[in-house]
This record gives sequence, structure tokens and C-alpha cells, in this order.
Amino acid sequence: MATKFTRQDDYETRRNHLKNLSDEELKNYFWKLADQTVSPLLSLAKNNTSPSIERSVLMRMGFSSMEAKAIVDKVIANRLIGKGCGHVVYRYSTLKGISIRDAGLKLSNDIGFDEVKKSFEVSL
Amino acid sequence: MKPTDQMNLHKILENLESYVPRRNGWTWRVPEKDIKIGNYEYSDLSTPLKNSIGLPASKSFHNIDPQPIQVITTEIASGRFEDDIRRMRMAAWHGADHIMVIRTAGQSHFDGLIEGTPQGVGGVPISRKQIRAQRKALDMIEDEVGRPINYHSYVSGVAGPEIAVMFAEEGVNGAHQDPQYNVLYRNINMIRSFVDAAESKLIMKHVGILQIDGAHNANATAMEASKVMPELLVQHAINSMFSVKVGMDKNLIALSTVPPIASPAPDLKVNLPYAVALRDFFEGFKMRAQMNTKYMESSTREATVTHVMNMFISKLTSADIQSTITPDEGRNVPWHMYNVEACDTAKQTLVGLDGLLDIVEVKKDGYMKDKVREIKERAVLFFEELLETGGYFEAVEKGFFIDSGNYPERNGDGMKRLIHGGIGNDSIFERDLDYFAPVPAHYGYNNVAQYGLKDTDNPSIVMNGSTFEDHSKIQYIDELDENDNVNVRMAESEKYRMTSLIKPEVEWLSDGVIVLDMTLPISVKYAEAAALEIGKRFNLQDAVVIHKEILHPAEATRIQLKGKVNFDIDLSKLTLREEPVLLTDEEIRSYVENHPFKIVAGTIGEDEHSVGLREIIDIKHGGIEKYGIECEYLGTSVPISKLVDAAIELNAKAILLSTIISHDDIHYKNMKKTHEYAIEKGVRDSLIIIAGGTQVSPELAKKQGMDEGFSRGTKGHHVASFLISKLKELDNAN
Repeated sequence: MATKFTRQDDYETRRNHLKNLSDEELKNYFWKLADQTVSPLLSLAKNNTSPSIERSVLMRMGFSSMEAKAIVDKVIANRLIGKGCGHVVYRYSTLKGISIRDAGLKLSNDIGFDEVKKSFEVSL
Repeated sequence: MKPTDQMNLHKILENLESYVPRRNGWTWRVPEKDIKIGNYEYSDLSTPLKNSIGLPASKSFHNIDPQPIQVITTEIASGRFEDDIRRMRMAAWHGADHIMVIRTAGQSHFDGLIEGTPQGVGGVPISRKQIRAQRKALDMIEDEVGRPINYHSYVSGVAGPEIAVMFAEEGVNGAHQDPQYNVLYRNINMIRSFVDAAESKLIMKHVGILQIDGAHNANATAMEASKVMPELLVQHAINSMFSVKVGMDKNLIALSTVPPIASPAPDLKVNLPYAVALRDFFEGFKMRAQMNTKYMESSTREATVTHVMNMFISKLTSADIQSTITPDEGRNVPWHMYNVEACDTAKQTLVGLDGLLDIVEVKKDGYMKDKVREIKERAVLFFEELLETGGYFEAVEKGFFIDSGNYPERNGDGMKRLIHGGIGNDSIFERDLDYFAPVPAHYGYNNVAQYGLKDTDNPSIVMNGSTFEDHSKIQYIDELDENDNVNVRMAESEKYRMTSLIKPEVEWLSDGVIVLDMTLPISVKYAEAAALEIGKRFNLQDAVVIHKEILHPAEATRIQLKGKVNFDIDLSKLTLREEPVLLTDEEIRSYVENHPFKIVAGTIGEDEHSVGLREIIDIKHGGIEKYGIECEYLGTSVPISKLVDAAIELNAKAILLSTIISHDDIHYKNMKKTHEYAIEKGVRDSLIIIAGGTQVSPELAKKQGMDEGFSRGTKGHHVASFLISKLKELDNAN
């Protein structure tokens, strides 16, 4: 079991480098540290997606929460989530010349993934 | 909707499939600088309401109901959203314009949206149907009170982005959003939480939803709430900075801040420097001042005092939103009347402290300066070590947060979460180079160029718009569970809905709950058992002691006992007291002019109260003198015989006797004596005798021989109307 990390209050010694900062400087420094803390979290968010994000995209495209869930599950199973689930639906609708809703509902029934994959040039 | 009619819930639930919210985004109150209301000039109020219920004392101030500048929040979520709608109307009339709906237990871990209207536990299952019904009802309520009402719930859990989309579509105005809440309190995977949060925040920003963060939870969770102050600044900063970088406007980012400590600790000495430090660092952001819940027990009085202290800090520093905690939250899921009490407490305090900073100033030197600086430095040091450790995720994994030590002190009892652990672990997928999402408000990489779009285009143009542009594209689901839904629940209580049958209630229609408040002359150990026995003899079902207070270890214990009654009251079988007929001022004046008369008045018995009676008589208070009635005021502690004898001597038509002291029913005994003395003197038939006082029941006064009794709230107009009507009656009889 990991040992507990404990420490006496060493504020007085630890603060030495802050002591002479003005209130304004201290505030700016605080926000600089906040910026450094969140920057890597934002890059992570920029370049990744999640099932909930993808379902939220599909909802905005006019699917119910349950339809969105079914589509996302199928897209993940077909390893196409990196393309974007909304993208997969959009691509299928243009390939077949059918509405977004028709395309999504077909995909949720496992219909059309082969064509989509071919069009994305991913192996079947 | 008329103020005199109850809301028709069946109507609200009709046609929800085609309901469209009337607006998006948050609304602040409209400031009214230096407004005069009644006889007073106020410094920081907002526009008064069209319909509202003033504080009880407003009766003495021409019924004014000044509204503070702060948005006032109340949390309403009893588990049955349909009954909560009625409570929302009550709260709005008492000044709430931010209604927050707590989610049912476990919704954070629900991987998707809840649909339909199942009953909740400790909150409400948030669904599209439930939101539409409540938002639709709030549209009616806000029209009734004359001020926009902000509707609020939570964008958190593993389905944050979907909830955010649904909120944006349905006109929700405010939401909690803070990935740290997921991580620390819901053990949802941290990577997933932050990735989802960026999407949720951008969606909220798209429609102007106000965000409230989750930092206040650290207060309630920490072993010693005051020790986490440095960390709180860090938590606020992480969420605020993350939000700003996603693109949210600072004026829609609100910090949820709670004064960490409460009396008997030195409340202000601890809480005020913290409040100042926070507002210094977070200038430009909005402050949502929440009330302390950490030390709440079953005493509603104690909670109320803590909350008043909290609002003193709000006024000494700043608060854009003043949240309220119901004073019963320490003992049960809040009840109707406590939401109302909490709103009244906020209104009373904030209005009472109007213009505080024009009168007093918070010191900027000495203790305050040192403490404020210390809190800030400790927060900076926390950030430094967090970054040295490798960043936020690593710091959480090492248990940096919610440690009970005052940073840099560490007690090793922080909350540890694994970077690769928790609910939703391993559910993040990297976006490919050709990743695309054809929707607006989508955060991060989106290869729109492959479809000939510019970065500034709304990507949804490739499919003729999304639900954000075209509400008719939303797929509405009504119910999924045929046994657990609002229709089934309402059918069960239908016989109490807009019929003549009622039962008492505290949270749900006809729940039957009442509270008995009693003082038992015994130690707490026996008092509890005795109270339960009393409940049994009252035929109360499910009786439970909800509050006990030792008045003295041996002498007495106060007990509050709740229980359910198992009978209905049929309104059609009740006998109602007749409302007195009020004559117009003109009718009264013209009678007095044609039939001038005198009255004698005085406070009888050993009773020195004079204010009430003077108000009934004196012209300057709108008393009966203004109609030309001649009044002979005999003063206080007037003997009964003197009062009657004076009436005889002055040939008065009436006696107005005032009696305030009610100990041992002395007031009723004196009424009876007056009546009997007048009979003895042979003048009772020709003399009108009326009694007034705060503890006077008109019915009981009449039983003691009075012609009428008047209680609290009586004005000269009421008394004059009665006198003239009665004199006319006597004239006709003769």
C-alpha cells in the first residue's frame, strides 16, 4: 500500500519567491499557472472525441437520444469513430442520395457500413 | 392564468411535442439605481414585480415588496417534477428568478439521456419531456410575476455533451458545468471528463447558457472546510480558464462560492478574507454566492442565521447570483414552505442591507490585508506544485485535492482518482485527419475543408441546418416506461386535483404530511419516545422525529414530529367566516356628516399597549378620525368601569376597547366583564362594543358578548365600515 504523503505547513519558507511580488504580479502569475495547467487538457479535447460527443453531434443532426446511441455503438463497432459519427451518417446519405435521417437509421440497423468504409478507403 | 386559479397541470402536459422555448440564454435582473419605493430611497435594487408576496412586515410599509439586484436561486427537485411546478410558482411569487433542478441520484452515471418522466430519488430525472413541461410552466409563471425566470440544471456526468445539446434545444438558461466535479465526486474518468467538457461548454456558449462551476462541493466534502480555501481558488481557476479558452464569455462564467465556515466559529474572520481574495483574483467573472450547507443540522433557525451571515458577506463583497439553501435541507429533501422561507430570507436580508457599501468599508490593511494575501499565495503555491508534479491529471492521481491540510500543509487524506480509471475509462478516440462533424458549436478539430467549407461557416449548411437552427428537426420522445411516468402518478392523486378534496402536503400533492411542534417537560431521551406516542394518539402514520432541541437537560425538550394524516378535507363542507362588508370612504363620510357621533376608546386591564389602537383612531394613520368620527381616547390600563362610564357620560355610540395581553385568556375575560358591566348599567343595547388586539379572534370575542372583534391587519377603514353598518342597523331597528 502506498504511504500517505503528509507535510507540515511550510508556507513561510515556501513563499519566499512570492513575497516581493506586488498583488497585481501575484494575480498575473496565478493566471499564468492556470493557463499552463489547462493548455494540455484543451489539446486533448481538440484532438479526441467520445461516445457522448458523437451522440451529441447526431442529436444536433436530428436524431433522438436513443437513435444516436444505436448509431454510435455501430460506428464504434465498425471502427469508424475517428471519422466522426456524424460524418459517417453524412457520407452514407450522400453516397445513397437519401436523407440524413434515413441514412442514420439504416446504419443503426447495420446497413451500409461496407459502402461507407469503401468510400473512406478503410479496410473492411 | 389568474393568480386566484391553481395551475392546470394537464394543460401544461398537453402538446409538449410541439413546444418551442420562447428564448435562449441567461437573463439578469434589471437594475434600478436609486429607486424610491414607498417612503424609502434604495441604492441597489432591481425592477419590482407585477405580482408577488411581500415580506410579512410589508403590511406596515404600504405593502411594498422591494426586489434585490441579485438574481435569487432556489433549488426545487422533489422527485416529482409535476408537483415541483406548483412550488416553482410559489417561489417565483416570493422572489426567485433562478430555479435549479437537482438531478435524480445516479443520473451522472447514466450513459445517455433519460427519456420520459420516471420518478426520481433525491432529485428529478432530467429528460426532454420534463424540461419542456417545466419550461412551459415557467413561461406562464414569469408572465404572471413580470420577470424572466432562469431555468437551470446540470451538464455533467458521462453524457454531458448530449445533455448540453438538449438544454440548448429546450431553452435551459443556466447549468452547472465543471469537469472536476465528474472527476472528484462522481469518479468519472478524468480524460473523458475534460474532453467532454470542452464540447459541453462550447454548446452552452452557443446559446448563452450561464455556467456555474462545482468548486463549492469541496467545502461540503472536506473534513475541515476552511482548510481547502487555497485549493478552491485553484479549482475555480482551472474551470474558469478552461472555459475562457474554449470560448465562453467571462460574464457567463459564474463561480460557485460558499463561505467555508459558520458560527460558532468566527464566521466573518475566516470567510471575509477568503471572499475578498477570490473576488480579487477573479475580477470580471460572475459570483454565484451559495450558502453554507456543511454544518447544517435539523434546526431551521440555525441554518437561517448561517445563511443571513453568508449574505452579509455577499453584500460586503459582491454577488451576482444569490443562491439559497432551504433551511430544512439538513433533515429532508426540501419542502414547499422552506423554499419560500429561503427566498424570503434572501430578500429580507439583501434588501435590509441595501446600500451597505455606501455606509461601511471593508478594511484593506492589517488583518484583512495579511489574510487575503496569504490565501492567494497558498493558492499560487498549490498551482506550482501541481505543475511540477506533471499537471492536473497527475496531481489528482496523487491525491492533491480535498486534502484536509491548509496547503502547503498535507494530511494525506485527499481524494485520489486514477488517470486510467473510473467510469468511462478508455472511452476516448483520436480524431482522424478527415474527422468531420456537420454541426455548429463543435469543439476542436473538424475537417470542414474536405467539403468545401470555410472555418467560419456553420458546418450544418451541408445538411440544411441542425436542430440549433431548425427546432422542428428535434426528435421528441414522450414516455418509455408505461408504469413509471407522470400520467400514472397524476392519476393516483387525481381526486385531489382541482376538486373540493384536499389533504395537507409538504412536497407532493396530497402527501398528507404535517408537523407537530411540541415542548415536552422531560429529558431528550424520554421526549423522543413520548413524541412518538403522541403521534400515535393523533393517528399520525409514519411518524418520525425530525428535530429535537434540548431546552434544558432535565427541564424540557423541544420536538418536531412529522407524520401523515389519513383523512381528506372536503372544502364544500366547510363553514367559512363571512368576509366583512366594507363601505366606501364616501359612504362612511356622508353617514357621519348626517349623523355625527362619538366613540370612546382605550386599552383595558393592566395593559400599556397603545400603538394598535392609536393606528385605528389617529387621522395620520388613516384611522377613523378621518371620517369625522369624534374619538375620546382614554389611554392605556383603563379600568372597565371607567370606559363604560365615560361612554355613558359622553353619550358615545360605541366603545373601542383594545387588549393585547392574552396570558390566561385575560383579554377574553375582560371583554366579558365589559359586556356585563354595560348590561348592569342598562346601556348595552344602545352601545356598540368592539374589541381589538393581536390575539383577538373575532369569533371568540363575539362569544364574550362583543359586537365584533378585530385582529392583526385591521385598519381604520374596517372598523369604520363596521360601526356605520351597525349604526344603520340600529337606526332601522328603532
